[in-house]
Amino acid sequence: MTANPTANFKQVNHSVRKVDAVQLALGKPSYVADFAPRDALVVKMLWSPHPHAKIVSLDVSAAEKMPGVKAVLWHGNVPRIVHCTAGQGFPEPSPYDTFMFDTKVRFVGDRVAAVAAETEEQALAALAKIQVKYELLKPVFSIDEAMADGAPIIHDEPEAHVPIPIPYEPKKNLVAKVGCEAGDFEKGMKEADFTFDDVYETPYAQHCPIEPYVSLAHVDSSGRIFITTSTQVPFHCRRIVAQTLGLPVQKIRVIKPRIGGGFGSKQEILLEDVVALFALRTGRPCLWQFNREENFRTGRTRHPIRVRIRAGIKKDGTITAIGMDCWNNTGAYGGHGLTVVSCCGSKVLPLYRCDNIHFDGKVYYTNLPVGGAYRGFGATQAFFAMESTMDKMAEAIGMDPLKLRQLNHIKSGEGSPIFAALGEGKEGVPMTVGSCALGECITKGAAEIGWDKRTDWRAKTGRYRRGIGMACLMQGSSIPHIDMGGASIKLNEDGSFNLLVGATDLGTGSDTVLAQIAAEELCTATDKMIVYSSDTDMTPFDVGAYASSTTYLSGEAARKAAADAKRQILHTGAEMLNLPEDQCVCKDAHVQSKDGKKSVSYSDISCYSLYSKNQYQIIGTASHITQKSPPPFAAHFAEIEVDTWTGNVKVLKYVSTIDCGTAINPALCEGQTEGGTLNGISYALTEQYLFRNGRMTNASFTDYHIFSMRDVPPIKAIIVPSFEDTGPFGAKSVSEICINGPAPVFGNAIYNATGARLNEFPFTPEKVLNAIRAVKK
Amino acid sequence: MKKNPNTVSFTLNGERKTFITEPNEKLLALLRREGYKGTKFGCGQGTCGACTVLMDGRAIYSCLLFAMQAEGRDVRTIESVGTHEKPSEFQQELIDGAAVQCGFCIPGMIMSAEALMKAEDVYPDDVVREYMDGNLCRCTGYEKIWGALRRVLDRREEGREQSSESRSDPKA
Repeated sequence: MTANPTANFKQVNHSVRKVDAVQLALGKPSYVADFAPRDALVVKMLWSPHPHAKIVSLDVSAAEKMPGVKAVLWHGNVPRIVHCTAGQGFPEPSPYDTFMFDTKVRFVGDRVAAVAAETEEQALAALAKIQVKYELLKPVFSIDEAMADGAPIIHDEPEAHVPIPIPYEPKKNLVAKVGCEAGDFEKGMKEADFTFDDVYETPYAQHCPIEPYVSLAHVDSSGRIFITTSTQVPFHCRRIVAQTLGLPVQKIRVIKPRIGGGFGSKQEILLEDVVALFALRTGRPCLWQFNREENFRTGRTRHPIRVRIRAGIKKDGTITAIGMDCWNNTGAYGGHGLTVVSCCGSKVLPLYRCDNIHFDGKVYYTNLPVGGAYRGFGATQAFFAMESTMDKMAEAIGMDPLKLRQLNHIKSGEGSPIFAALGEGKEGVPMTVGSCALGECITKGAAEIGWDKRTDWRAKTGRYRRGIGMACLMQGSSIPHIDMGGASIKLNEDGSFNLLVGATDLGTGSDTVLAQIAAEELCTATDKMIVYSSDTDMTPFDVGAYASSTTYLSGEAARKAAADAKRQILHTGAEMLNLPEDQCVCKDAHVQSKDGKKSVSYSDISCYSLYSKNQYQIIGTASHITQKSPPPFAAHFAEIEVDTWTGNVKVLKYVSTIDCGTAINPALCEGQTEGGTLNGISYALTEQYLFRNGRMTNASFTDYHIFSMRDVPPIKAIIVPSFEDTGPFGAKSVSEICINGPAPVFGNAIYNATGARLNEFPFTPEKVLNAIRAVKK
Repeated sequence: MKKNPNTVSFTLNGERKTFITEPNEKLLALLRREGYKGTKFGCGQGTCGACTVLMDGRAIYSCLLFAMQAEGRDVRTIESVGTHEKPSEFQQELIDGAAVQCGFCIPGMIMSAEALMKAEDVYPDDVVREYMDGNLCRCTGYEKIWGALRRVLDRREEGREQSSESRSDPKA
């Protein structure tokens, strides 16, 4: 590695303009619903009002006769094919426990029957005419109830199974279990001077993209079904819709236009099968968009997880043992259950050196909303427990919590037994950490927040008490040996390129990032790239936007495809210059002789290759899989002020440092960091699902508060560069990690302000006040 | 008196228009079916601001308003603000300032900012926050949107100070 490998970059590591910024700022038609033709039918769903019930009878005949109604779908007239709605690799590490429509409902918001009508009003009127008789079953509303002997069985259908050899016991409501041991955990606990055993609870949350779930389908003149949909996983979507409807993949095309945010929620196939079948049955285009209430109730959520941490530490700061037991409530269906709980361990436990580690994760069904992928993916939940424990351990041995982290965090060249032990549905991949600038993240963040002025809570008096807290974090970049991304790039007459990627820009800016990477490799400008993502008919395969993989995995695919095109450009350029290829180089969109005296532009090379002699299309194609999942690192800090009369927590300043390797686009990296951090802040302080008999009672932005421009505290994002040798131009991931910080940071800051330690959040005034009242000085 | 009770007439982006509608149709639904797709459906509950348009210069949630309520009014949508060749000042700052992530909230944000700039002469932070509070964004953390807007507003305030200084010069 050279002293500064980023110094010569012309395209990457620059904040070039986002490729779709202008069309979006102008409000040009870009998103799924914008493409609905005027004659599109409107789809509406009758949702289960019960958390757990058998459908004894269902009569749609009156609904079918209602004005404007073109078709009704229910369990009596659709294929009964068991599948999984989670958009993951195939075969999925999740149970097949879902039918398009079933004779049983398992949560408030489960599908009962759907109507496609000329107008929304007609569809709603028809829904009201559907006659359903339910036999109510005893619901299961907590992990404890789900685990209990004799608990009601939520998935008693004989078809339920898991397509890979992993534990699955639906008769016990057990969706999955996973675990690993390193060293001797019990021995480690005995060697400790201080031991800890605490249970932490993390709440439900919804991703709240401003664009709710939305899908549009029509039958093309060729007879194929075209689905335009707001998805993070177009290729998984095609496969799962084909599976669900019993159709060949060939029959389906999935198009992802611009997406109005996803954050994991759209890594799920929740609407596409229905619009596709309606389109097929009616011959009409069909549009289905969730309203906000449906987005909360039926949309996927963050799995609430109970995390028990047992840990031991010596007086000198050596961590002798860490044990983590997780109980994951996946709700009514099991998608992502195993992988989320695996990431509780795999994305958290390697952060600190420890020889004796125990990890156990279990996933249970309940009759509550369904967990799915959500930015942070298990790490968010487990870091709350882990980083709270780090502060407790530091206090026990009388060490600055910042110093304890510095003493123990993983560094470049070090490995962890966890990397090899925990994968996603199978064992992980052994790995040593390459790039790691966590040390610098800690020192820069500490300086920015003013860590030196932090004082003990016991010295604080008065109504308003300030506190400073911190947390260290890691995540991954892609799922090694599982995820694959593909890219193609072709040269046009004017020297522009079509960059076709399966990777799925859902608002993150990945189209721009991939264009920068391709342009850097091709020695041309980013604005020469026409990016198209993603379309199952047009672009190469990519697993999609998840697991912090797009920059690291799909970015390398784009770089390799660009390198392939560059070889061809060099070949033809050399032919035009009458020079051997090894005497030529690419520079500034030209092929030139090494001495710079002769040169020919990419535009001329393209015209020559297309029209003049030895004609061919200059086109590069590549795929990439990763051998490792290099963690990005972060240190987060906040100063807060607690009102000890009301329990209100005011955030005075939040500092979010990030080591994401080379920031391909620093401004977009900051945007990811600021946005993810704010999402984490409102998750920690205000977001929660309130239930009555399994029904979410606060399904609106009025009652489920996400932060607005008035609420947002000052957030300082600091990018701390490192260089990841295995990533495209030194990059690793950025998007997920930043959401993990606020809950543990605020938990630690509230303790530092008041002496109250909260093991569950959101830190609402009520909870904080109760905790303060319980503090004894 | 209108001849046909199932029509609504209003000025849309400067042009007088008449649309057939139903008494229960929302303004957002009418606009979108008539091709004004820049105005977004985000919640239908009047809480996210993605459907913000101007009515007689004030920012309103078009998902809550019945189309009939626009009768005789002056409605402006994002389609009236900026073009590829000439984006508005705020649009340009959003584009250059990496403030557009998924972009779904952006048209609403821009319309709220338009209302702000129409109604106010000075732009203290708390007033700006009040105007922008009704537009939720889940991607950006607002930092870059805020920065872009602040740059526009600061320039306008500066411009006004200078022009008022130059106006007062002859009197002196």
